[in-house]
Amino acid sequence: MGSVKAELLRLWKWPATWVLIGVWLVMTLTFGYVFNYLALNGGTNTRDMSQQQLISAMQPENVGAAVVRGLPMFGGAIILVLAALAVGSGYGWGTWKTTLTAGPRRVSAMAGTLGALAVVVVLLVALTFAVNLSASIVIASLEGWDWSLPGWGVFEALGASLLIAAMWTGFGVFLGVVTKGPALAVGLGLMWAIVTENLLRGVGSLLGPVESLTEVLPGGSAGNLAGAVGGSGAPGVLNSLSGTTAALFLVGYVVVFVGAATLLKVRRDLV
Amino acid sequence: MIVTTEKLTKRYGDRAVVDEVSLSVRRGEVYGFLGPNGAGKTTTIRMLLGLVKPTSGAARVLGEAPGTPKALLKVGSLIEGPGFYPYLSGRDNLRVHAARRGVRAGEVEAALEQVDLVGAAGERFRRYSLGMKQRLGVAAALLGQPELLILDEPTNGLDPAGMADMRDLVRALAAQGQTVLLSSHLLGEVEEICDRVGVISGGKLVAESTVEQLRGDTVLLIRADPLEKALVLIENSTRHGDVLHVRETDAGALVRTLVAADVDVQEVRPLRRTLEEVFFEMTGAA
Repeated sequence: MGSVKAELLRLWKWPATWVLIGVWLVMTLTFGYVFNYLALNGGTNTRDMSQQQLISAMQPENVGAAVVRGLPMFGGAIILVLAALAVGSGYGWGTWKTTLTAGPRRVSAMAGTLGALAVVVVLLVALTFAVNLSASIVIASLEGWDWSLPGWGVFEALGASLLIAAMWTGFGVFLGVVTKGPALAVGLGLMWAIVTENLLRGVGSLLGPVESLTEVLPGGSAGNLAGAVGGSGAPGVLNSLSGTTAALFLVGYVVVFVGAATLLKVRRDLV
Repeated sequence: MIVTTEKLTKRYGDRAVVDEVSLSVRRGEVYGFLGPNGAGKTTTIRMLLGLVKPTSGAARVLGEAPGTPKALLKVGSLIEGPGFYPYLSGRDNLRVHAARRGVRAGEVEAALEQVDLVGAAGERFRRYSLGMKQRLGVAAALLGQPELLILDEPTNGLDPAGMADMRDLVRALAAQGQTVLLSSHLLGEVEEICDRVGVISGGKLVAESTVEQLRGDTVLLIRADPLEKALVLIENSTRHGDVLHVRETDAGALVRTLVAADVDVQEVRPLRRTLEEVFFEMTGAA
């Protein structure tokens, strides 16, 4: 518990944590509500979304879908950056050295970092939900729509959001440990999350096996899970796999990323 | 013995960075770990703290295997400069460290007082001077009242005043009975503070003894006339140019012997090798 408490204390007071959470909240509000609201009220709407689709996307009862649809790509990239920075920076600052000589076992130290990041990620998803719900209620009230609060189904979407966020967190932690620094970890992570998988999807339209592969890559699995729980209309959301299959792949990625990062941390010399 | 190593070795490929080092640190002493840059001091210390795994050999720290929680909780360390979060204050950094060590938060203030950092404890670490950073590192090492303090180059980068402060701090800790393993390449510092020293060169421990033993016996320099007569009169004397060197500490007796034999004694003074001279001799550094 001491390791989790220590990591929470330092992540809580780290400006980067709040800057990244803030950026994500602004993005989810802007792309999820502000632009849709403007489109509804005189925008050009080149995506051919009907008025009813725009209204539906902003209804409070669909807030679960609004939360999960942003996470496969842009939200995931932000979470990955946070995790990669949180772990990778420790090498440059020398804080891993301080941490590992403080007393806890290396496994406990890693568990502390992962536990604290998990708390931050849960907070990020909860804040996303709260901000989206508030925005949807404000818009529905302004527009005078009949609206209702989300039903129990929202927990499925939030659970999927947490699983997607956990996968990107694990990916970021893995990259931070492998590269032993923040810059390369963030660069590689962003490259993968935003560029590489999309390029592969482009190639996949020409080569069948590549297309099948892209569906189960980290971003692809996240997109498929988001699609399966109602997410739509956002980059990275897919509908090729069932929710269960996508969720199983994501659990596998979490285990592999976290397991490999912990194994490396435990076995590798800290020089 | 509070620390023992037996043929401790670390190899990177074919290169032995630490080569069969067997050293021992006794409870209550300040042990100076000397060596030129790149001699293997830090790697040895990292192995004692479990940060680096030895290729072969063994080590025990307070009776435990290095790097285990049992050992680490009894050891405070500062290795190659302090590693703290730059955006946190000195106090918050210590709180984080205290949480990891399972030390109650109240000890943070005591540690800050001990290194005279209470006034600056609220400032962010990144704004600290090098000396303040080093002192915060020592404060972190002191949390949990460790039985052994390992300080690797604690005066690195400090100005003369900062170095003097750090020496005083180590001296004060030693006076309280704290066991300290102090790694340094600053020989004056080690000579002033340490009870025993280990000298490492090229990864090998080339000597381990008290500072006095390392410097060897005191030699008396005698300038006398006629020198040949003095050479005959004094046993174990050797001629070095126009002076004699004698392995004898009773200068009064020597002078009486020479004067009684009608030899003019022009100069008598002790000649003592400094630790620096011994160090250069042993490590081949200059």
